[in-house]
Amino acid sequence: MSASPKASATSPAARPSTVAPPSRLLRSRASRWIAAILIVAVALIFFSVGNDDWFTIVNYTLIAAIASLSLNVLSGYTGQISLGIAFFMAIGAYAAAFFGGAAPSSPLDPLGLALPFIIWLPAAGIVTALAGALIGPTALRLKGFYLGIVTLALIFIGQYLFLNVRGITGGPQGRTFPVPALGGATFDQQNSYFGLALTSGQQFFLLNLIVLALASFFVYNLMRSRAGRAFQAVRDNETGATIMGVNLFEVKMGAFILSSFLAGIAGALYASYSRYVAPDYWGLTLSIQFVAAIIIGGVASVWGSILGAAFVFGLPLVIDHFNWLPVASGAGGISSADLNALLYGLLIVVFLLFEPGGVIGLVRRGQALTRKFNTHKDEGGETAEITDLPADQA
Amino acid sequence: MAYFIQIAFAGVALGCIYALIGMGFSIIYKASEVINFAQGEILLVGAYIVSSLVFDWHLNFMLAVVGGVIVTVLIGLLFERLVLRRMIGRPVFSILMITIGLDTILRTAVTVKAGSNPLSAPAPYTITDGFNIAGIHFGANDLLTILVTAILCALLYYFFQYTRYGLAMRATALDQEAALVVGINIRTVYALAWGIAAAVATVGGVFLAMGAFSIDITLGGAALLAFPAIILGGVDSIAGAVVGGIIIGLVQDLTAGYESHVANVLGAGIHQITPYLVMILVLLIRPYGLFGTRKVERI
Repeated sequence: MSASPKASATSPAARPSTVAPPSRLLRSRASRWIAAILIVAVALIFFSVGNDDWFTIVNYTLIAAIASLSLNVLSGYTGQISLGIAFFMAIGAYAAAFFGGAAPSSPLDPLGLALPFIIWLPAAGIVTALAGALIGPTALRLKGFYLGIVTLALIFIGQYLFLNVRGITGGPQGRTFPVPALGGATFDQQNSYFGLALTSGQQFFLLNLIVLALASFFVYNLMRSRAGRAFQAVRDNETGATIMGVNLFEVKMGAFILSSFLAGIAGALYASYSRYVAPDYWGLTLSIQFVAAIIIGGVASVWGSILGAAFVFGLPLVIDHFNWLPVASGAGGISSADLNALLYGLLIVVFLLFEPGGVIGLVRRGQALTRKFNTHKDEGGETAEITDLPADQA
Repeated sequence: MAYFIQIAFAGVALGCIYALIGMGFSIIYKASEVINFAQGEILLVGAYIVSSLVFDWHLNFMLAVVGGVIVTVLIGLLFERLVLRRMIGRPVFSILMITIGLDTILRTAVTVKAGSNPLSAPAPYTITDGFNIAGIHFGANDLLTILVTAILCALLYYFFQYTRYGLAMRATALDQEAALVVGINIRTVYALAWGIAAAVATVGGVFLAMGAFSIDITLGGAALLAFPAIILGGVDSIAGAVVGGIIIGLVQDLTAGYESHVANVLGAGIHQITPYLVMILVLLIRPYGLFGTRKVERI
């Protein structure tokens, strides 16, 4: 019964001829290369001229982008409402602290196994994925806003746990988190690799960029595979997906576990970059910021996750960098965080009303328009790629 | 025993506030199948306006409450008219998220306007008034909360049972198309639902602020505890919201009162999550709640 989706997914040879005339394919491939070269160039220029402040801003944005991607897998691609991403990030952060943290020197210190970076980063993801696998069967029995409220409850249960499981979280005082290190080179100091001296910010930048790139490629390709199509089928119509032979439970669990894994990695990177996080950081506001990020950037889109994270998490840092706004709101002033909250609150409403695909939806709409224009000019050709447009929902 | 009764009394009063907020959720959900995540911030805005009317404009307390109710009802009506009506037929995800957008806007607006300092809570009498019977303190706040909740419940019961518009709302909740056929104006029903929800939320907010002696930005967070209440009672049952609210209030205050006895085992702050634990239990065993209809979103 899965013959038809398989056929369309596993016959790349048959595709180009039905998709588009070769000229347009070349043009789009060329523009893709140009885009890739531009991105690499921007990254390189930034890498060589950026100062420490800008590396801080970009690093936090990259980490937020990984977490946005994680939420997009669950909410954007699979349509499962979640307000619990902050909880899963926290699990990742504390798992990293447990595996990578220094061994306790006194009985009151939180536990740490002092394992190397190569182990604690994946371990953070795996532990969070396991947590997701444990919670999933309970949460995913529910649909719609029930799922939203259960994941909301996770946030509060998390707050309680993070304050009380002192052996791992350090309680309300918090604890320090391990710094990534390769061999003897720890990322919070300047190190030279192959004769190239890199600042702390540059090392974290490379690390975060590599992790984000890997996660993005994985999600991007996954969503074009059989499993990914099943995710999106479940989002668009559960009954329809079941009839096509999609196992709802498997798909939802898969999305939940993958999303948890990525959230755990993002949480570990965040905690390790900021070195210290108090338990109340992992609150509802953080989750809502990620929801805002994917709605504004683009639901069910890899680039959308990155753009949304840049807007929601990068913008207030940029504003603070230039001291454009007062530190705290009140007396007629507005702080960068509050201005940003006001903006993303408004943009959630505006985008959901007028362009549910977010910024990426706008871009795709523009592309579809130009393509339509070109198609008329080239007299023909079915615009097959338009089916990749997100449905009017997520 | 006196300690137990004391805590239980406070728990019922707290539960009445959850009941007020929960009724707002249920009324909107019944009318339009929308869960209004912004209920908490509507409550915050209401309490904030009442406080500034009393302390900055030196208005009489009752007039201030009326003023607060008018403003929040307007916010509710405008949001329903300008935003939600365009979202009819859209997926649950979008509708839930758009109310979260409103939630963020309202909370930030209050932060910007009021700064981070808490405001004092307005009250029609000295806020710590009350009397003692057999060693149990009955605070005027708590008594008034219970009394007003009872009156509002009675009024709403009368409204839904006997008045033209109340019946129209129930008919719409039962079957929207049939209601349209018999000439009920669905738009009026939606508007009424949002208006009533905003009004009861504001009243709940004023009591919540009195109980805490102050209004700060976290006040709206208390409304999140009305979620366990409505799920326990059954999302589409207004009576369920009241019963669920009172049970959740009791559960929370009783665990708060006794958690220090088991602090070695459970640590601090378990009362902040017991309502959610009850909720998860209910969702696992009886997802339609105590009084809800069995049609519930499950696979």
